[in-house]
Amino acid sequence: MPAIKAKSLWLLGKNRERSFSEAFWPKLMLTPSFVVMAVFIYGFILWTGYLSLTRSRMLPMYEFEGLGAYEQLFANPRWHLALENLAVFGGLFIVLSLFLGLMLAIFLDQKIRCEGFLRTLYLYPMALSFIVTGTAWKWILNPAQGIQQQIRALGWSSFEFDWLVHSDRVIYTLVLCAVWQASGFMMALFLAGLRGVDENILKAAAIDGASSFAIYRRVIIPSLAPVFFTGFMILSHLAIKSFDLVMALTGGGPGYSSDLPATFMYAHAFKRNQMALGSASSMVMLMGVIAVLVPILYSEIRRRKREHSH
Amino acid sequence: MVQGVLKRLMLMGMVFFGGIAFGGQKVEVLHWWTSGGEAKALQVLKKLLEQEGYEWSDFAVAGGAGSNAMTALKSKVVSGMPPTAAQVLGVAVQEWGEMGFLRDMSAIAQKEGWDQAIYPEIQKIARYQGKYVATPVNIHRTNWLWVNPKVFAKANAKIPTTWPEFMEAAKKIKEAGFIPLAHGGQDWQDATVFETVVLGVGGAEFYQKLFVELEMKPEMMAKLTEIFKVFRELKGQTDPGSPGRDWNLATAMVIKGEAAMQIMGDWAKGEFAAAGKKPGEDYSCVPVPETADKFSFNTDHFIMFQQKDAAKQKAQDALARLIVSEPFQKSFNLTKGSLPINQNVDLEGFDLCGKKSQKAFVKASQKNNLVPSLAHGMAASAAAQGAIMDVITSFFHNPQMSPEAGAQALSQGLQALAH
Repeated sequence: MPAIKAKSLWLLGKNRERSFSEAFWPKLMLTPSFVVMAVFIYGFILWTGYLSLTRSRMLPMYEFEGLGAYEQLFANPRWHLALENLAVFGGLFIVLSLFLGLMLAIFLDQKIRCEGFLRTLYLYPMALSFIVTGTAWKWILNPAQGIQQQIRALGWSSFEFDWLVHSDRVIYTLVLCAVWQASGFMMALFLAGLRGVDENILKAAAIDGASSFAIYRRVIIPSLAPVFFTGFMILSHLAIKSFDLVMALTGGGPGYSSDLPATFMYAHAFKRNQMALGSASSMVMLMGVIAVLVPILYSEIRRRKREHSH
Repeated sequence: MVQGVLKRLMLMGMVFFGGIAFGGQKVEVLHWWTSGGEAKALQVLKKLLEQEGYEWSDFAVAGGAGSNAMTALKSKVVSGMPPTAAQVLGVAVQEWGEMGFLRDMSAIAQKEGWDQAIYPEIQKIARYQGKYVATPVNIHRTNWLWVNPKVFAKANAKIPTTWPEFMEAAKKIKEAGFIPLAHGGQDWQDATVFETVVLGVGGAEFYQKLFVELEMKPEMMAKLTEIFKVFRELKGQTDPGSPGRDWNLATAMVIKGEAAMQIMGDWAKGEFAAAGKKPGEDYSCVPVPETADKFSFNTDHFIMFQQKDAAKQKAQDALARLIVSEPFQKSFNLTKGSLPINQNVDLEGFDLCGKKSQKAFVKASQKNNLVPSLAHGMAASAAAQGAIMDVITSFFHNPQMSPEAGAQALSQGLQALAH
């Protein structure tokens, strides 16, 4: 009897220990990554924020100065150009990638032959890094050796396609490359969404006599709203942090006409010894991201809650 | 087999750890001389140091024309582990000096007679508040025009000495089917061309006012507009493929005979030499139009950081002494294509362009026509240099901007810097 009791106690103890370890181990495992995130993301955001309020030039200085760096930033024509470029680039990049991705997905969804092959073909650019894309397109778009030269060599001697070296058009070449790279990925997202649409609804719509255009417009595309949301989130952060593509394709040139906020920040904080100005520009970028993403995230969370409560 | 490998590994380990245990004081040198000729030139210093029993610890950071190296240097210094010495360009000596990180090298300078040996204009850059805090290494001339004489012969054009002559020659070269001016795509290359035009059209005094004192007076506007006019015309002499091109690829166009000329510092010589071309035969080096008696220069320096350890200070002294010494100056600059900073070095063995460069340097210094290069961080702080280069490069690539508007933008940029 006592032996049994002891055994059951031991079992009980083991149970208790397991519940302790169940709570303890995950916490222990998560702590390092949590600490790393807290320090290297949020800690450094705060540090950058403080630096933007100092007079730091070559090295960080910690004497509080005020909003001087922000004043200087918004008086700088190069910064305004960078913001305009971001608006043009981000807007066109997101809209075109979503549109092309959706179109490609719809066409691929028509039960065509070799779908697997085509899908891989369109998705493949996403496997490249922006550096590779930028370098390859730099050669393709270079008027002295790329498309322009090739077509001229074929006999059309007045053909012109020199956007890459035109300071007021170069931003569209960035859009071109970025869309080329990202629209295949958007296609994959939309394709997954299309495959998830309930067949019964489609059948019901067909029985009601809806044309296939109407079915797409009124039934399928509205049901893809979460995919649009995901796509928008991915593309918008790609647009704001774009740095490598600009560096590889144009180097910010000609002049500084294809500068984006990220390349502006790099040039000033690390090359020109204007750390406070660079920090200020990255804080403005952060605020931009927050201003765009928070309302969207908030509405998404509210929508999900509403769906759950039904 | 396996045993052989193990034995070899052990041997390597012994050599490695033995090196640490018995080797001399380590000399850690941060630099960005990683390309073929530059790396070879630096080997000279390594050998000389090792002969004196010091151990060379290479800290090379490639890329970004030194900006990557500067980022590495900043983080090293901030974390309290500065290297023994670091390569920087002109104005950065003053910027680091202001931060109070640099060691006063006056003692060794006096012992070695730097005041007599080093050209006075170069001394000025190596001193912070009158005291030596850096060791100059070399002098590059940036106002060179690299010419392919065969292209000139084919176009029946004359090598220009003034800007009107330049435009005339360029017209003939274009008609003959060649590119007059090979040019690359980074802002510093635009600025290299611009500063030589400023030096030629404006003169050395104007140059100093504009780029060193950062002063813009209303009476300077007319001259500045004229400079922007020449600069605009030069854009028309380049080919449409120039944006994004590296400087050495532009040099290659002159080497291959696709283009007639390039404006670039004398490191371009290395590219000609690598292609097996000889100065005076396959290519010529002439001063940029209207700058024959003028010299815009660019020097590399090694700054020495404060060290508490006496042994490390001794190592710094040795490094500084060797850098200025004649044997190093001669063999290093021969390989690098630059001029020695030490006046006592004889130029026996230097090529035609090197000898020409030295003569021009002395002459320009007598006439007060020696100016620091803006494009290479010798004239103004990084922030001021950046602001000026922004104006230059955006003007160069925006054909709608008139020379008047360009001059206006530069003057506004300088005024904004004054605040």
